[in-house]
Amino acid sequence: MRKVFGAFVVKEIKHILRDVQTLIILIGMPIVLVILFGFAVKNEVNDAKIAIIDMAKDDLSLELTHQLSASNYFILSELPGSTNQIENIFRKGDAKMAIVFEPDFANKFYKDKKASMQLIADASDPNTANILLNYAQAIIRNFQNEKNKNAHVPYLINMETKMLYNPTLKSVVYFVPGIMTIILMLISAMMTSITIAKEKEKGTMEILLASPLNPSLIVIGKVAPYIILALFNAATIIALGIWIFDMPLVGSFGLLTGEILLFILASLSLGVFISTISQTQQVAMMISLMGLLLPSILLSGFIFPLESMPKVLQAIANIIPAKWFIQILRGIMVKGVGIDFLWKQTIVLAGMTLFFIAVSIKKFKIRLE
Amino acid sequence: MNTSAPQPPFAVQVEDLVKTYAQSEALKSISFNVAHNELFGIIGPDGGGKTTLFRILTSLMLPTSGNALTYGYDVQKDYKEIRKIIGYMPGQFSLYQDLTVEENLQFFARIFGASISENYELIAEIYDHIKPFKDRRAGDLSGGMKQKLALSCALIHYPKILFLDEPTTGIDAVSRMELWSMLKSLKKKGVTIIVSTPYMDEALLCDRILLMQEGSILDSNTPKGIINNFQKQIVAIETHNNKESIKGLRRLPYLDSVHTFGYEIHATSTETIDTPQLKNDLEKMGYQDINVRNIEPTIEDCFMDLMQNNESHG
Amino acid sequence: MDKPVIYSNDLTKNFGSFCAVNKICFEIKKGEIFGFLGANGAGKTTGIKMLTGLLTPSSGEARVAGFDVFTESEKIKKNIGYMSQKFSLYNDLTVNENIRFYAGVYGLSKKEIKIKKKELIAKLGLEDVQDTLAKELPLGWKQKLAFSIAIIHQPKVVFLDEPTGGVDPITRRQFWEMIFDASAAGITVLVTTHYMDEAEYCDRISIMVDGKIVALGTPKELKNQYNEEDMNSIFVKLARG
Repeated sequence: MRKVFGAFVVKEIKHILRDVQTLIILIGMPIVLVILFGFAVKNEVNDAKIAIIDMAKDDLSLELTHQLSASNYFILSELPGSTNQIENIFRKGDAKMAIVFEPDFANKFYKDKKASMQLIADASDPNTANILLNYAQAIIRNFQNEKNKNAHVPYLINMETKMLYNPTLKSVVYFVPGIMTIILMLISAMMTSITIAKEKEKGTMEILLASPLNPSLIVIGKVAPYIILALFNAATIIALGIWIFDMPLVGSFGLLTGEILLFILASLSLGVFISTISQTQQVAMMISLMGLLLPSILLSGFIFPLESMPKVLQAIANIIPAKWFIQILRGIMVKGVGIDFLWKQTIVLAGMTLFFIAVSIKKFKIRLE
Repeated sequence: MNTSAPQPPFAVQVEDLVKTYAQSEALKSISFNVAHNELFGIIGPDGGGKTTLFRILTSLMLPTSGNALTYGYDVQKDYKEIRKIIGYMPGQFSLYQDLTVEENLQFFARIFGASISENYELIAEIYDHIKPFKDRRAGDLSGGMKQKLALSCALIHYPKILFLDEPTTGIDAVSRMELWSMLKSLKKKGVTIIVSTPYMDEALLCDRILLMQEGSILDSNTPKGIINNFQKQIVAIETHNNKESIKGLRRLPYLDSVHTFGYEIHATSTETIDTPQLKNDLEKMGYQDINVRNIEPTIEDCFMDLMQNNESHG
Repeated sequence: MDKPVIYSNDLTKNFGSFCAVNKICFEIKKGEIFGFLGANGAGKTTGIKMLTGLLTPSSGEARVAGFDVFTESEKIKKNIGYMSQKFSLYNDLTVNENIRFYAGVYGLSKKEIKIKKKELIAKLGLEDVQDTLAKELPLGWKQKLAFSIAIIHQPKVVFLDEPTGGVDPITRRQFWEMIFDASAAGITVLVTTHYMDEAEYCDRISIMVDGKIVALGTPKELKNQYNEEDMNSIFVKLARG
């Protein structure tokens, strides 16, 4: 039996290696995606032009301005005069955001323990505006905390921040889990469903079925090489994230590997399931794209935050494995939490895997019809 | 598999086999047996139910009703046993096009738990033709060579029964001849061979044949038996212009059927054909160089006759 | 004398160092049925592709329906019909839709399509299956319909690539009688087949081996020349080399 399995894996690896075009795409895609996302997001933030309107011009306002400038995210330009010029510079595109210090900023901060600032962003590009606001808020909040270190009664700068985690303000932690999820899904689910459907379409499944091979062996033999390919891609994505984009990897590496393997298995079982219901490669690909990949991108929280979606979509998101896997990845990589916080997501993924394996075994046909 | 089990009475036993698809009836209650070590031909045009029959006998499809035993095993219950002892070559070329000739053979040997060397003797005659191309990818082989490779792969585990679904379709006359001589020598090595073909002339190369048309058996016998059963009188006619004289012949009331047949025309009648009169009639119609001779029917003549009878009854 | 409808002189096609078609020469008259025979891989398909304007030859010259295969392939395509065993009709279109589609492709007007469709359906006896999907027709019917469609625009030449493969013996003969009719109506027919009895139905045949035409003539001439009783023996003799 082991010899037969070996023969199968060897054959499958040859199929993969000889389809050079597909192989280049599969290996190149994660690299291209990580670099594309990485630089696209980073550049916008790095080059952002910010106008400072300092109506206080005291030590404190200058110190904070200095801090903002030192962050490397902004290019600051001093705008003398009043706030009614802001609209003008936004229209000309000279700045994406304006930061306004109220008069007497230092005095109000130290004496009243409460000073106010205005952050005005150009919301014609809401995405960038949001990012810039978040970045500036985080820096100001940091500044305020520094000042409060030695104070008995806390000083307050009137501001709110949503940047709960990701204190280093790196966008890489947002897109790496997303890209990883999509790539693993693509290789494990789509490619395996296509490769099994190909045997049906080309008629080779007919010979395999007419042989004494156990059907489950056919399937396992076919998908095994894709585990290796998927793991290779996961490693590429993490390595690129760490070395090129300084991505933090806070949590346990062992747990991360285990969870990645679990997600690969979940995707493989989905791929096998798709192959049992499709007769041609084209059908397998369409089901994978529309039924798996698209929801994984849209409803997993990768690009669009789930919290702001209608309740119905939030409910649907629960049956999408990618949602749970992205939570796990962010948990391990960014928050550094362990299995004690992620057991729920892990159980959901494991349950989905078992479910689809069971359904696939039940649906896999030992005959042609 | 228990090798000491006694040999079943027949290699294949089919009884009242029916297969219906959603829209059509592929097999209309057919029955026949195949003896051990027979070279058995299933002859008929495409769409006659040959492929469906093969898929049922190889346990790849379930019959709608009726019974079928392959080497004594029930095609429904004992599919696992059947799959151990059969070799199957589907009509569509079904090897891995991106693997080389040798890799394909190796793969099929291993999934049957066999090795190339232990059964090489069986395939040697066939595989020697393609051995010079063993490092070529299967997809780059010519039609005839592809069939030889597929046949080698179907034989590599030394099956008791070999099923070949239209192995000669789309390949040239030379490769067809070679393939049939290979089947003859496989038979000598004890393999039962069931082969389907749309080429009527190949029927003569089989021990026994089944003539199939639209899911029904037209006749089943030895080729000689089928020819001997032909009840009508048949003559071959040649004139200076066959294409025109067909039309003339069809106007003669004493002829039943008139068909082109190579460089001649075959005409049949339930009564004795008076050849001098036929010649005379043709001359009167203005045809020249007329040659009429009495002949033995070919399998194709028999098939056409049975087909027409079948149509007039159905 | 009439100009040949198909004229080929030293027509050659190389794929890299491999010579698929090697200097083939022939002339085919108007209304002639020309059998284009050869073993698998002998170069028949490449030859047909060049003559139908799908593949540019490497050297030599050829004219089809009066047009040059090098420079006027678009005009050739308008003046020929083509049908093969593998590709004939769209399986997921009905009989009517197939006729309408192909007639439209060949540039027939709406009125002409209507008349032709009626004619064709009556001639083939397809009245009851007009709205049936092509895939549900028996193979023989399908091939007869495909042939009728291939000549619906009354082309000068029709190319038939193994048109009768797998067809039952009676329908196969009906098919050939349709070819005879088309030839009588002045359409030149170039046909390939693996049925050697069908080679006898051709006015003249050529046999290709390894890219070259090794025999050319009427069936009778060839049988005399090679001293064989039937085409099959000649074919095997030549193809075996």
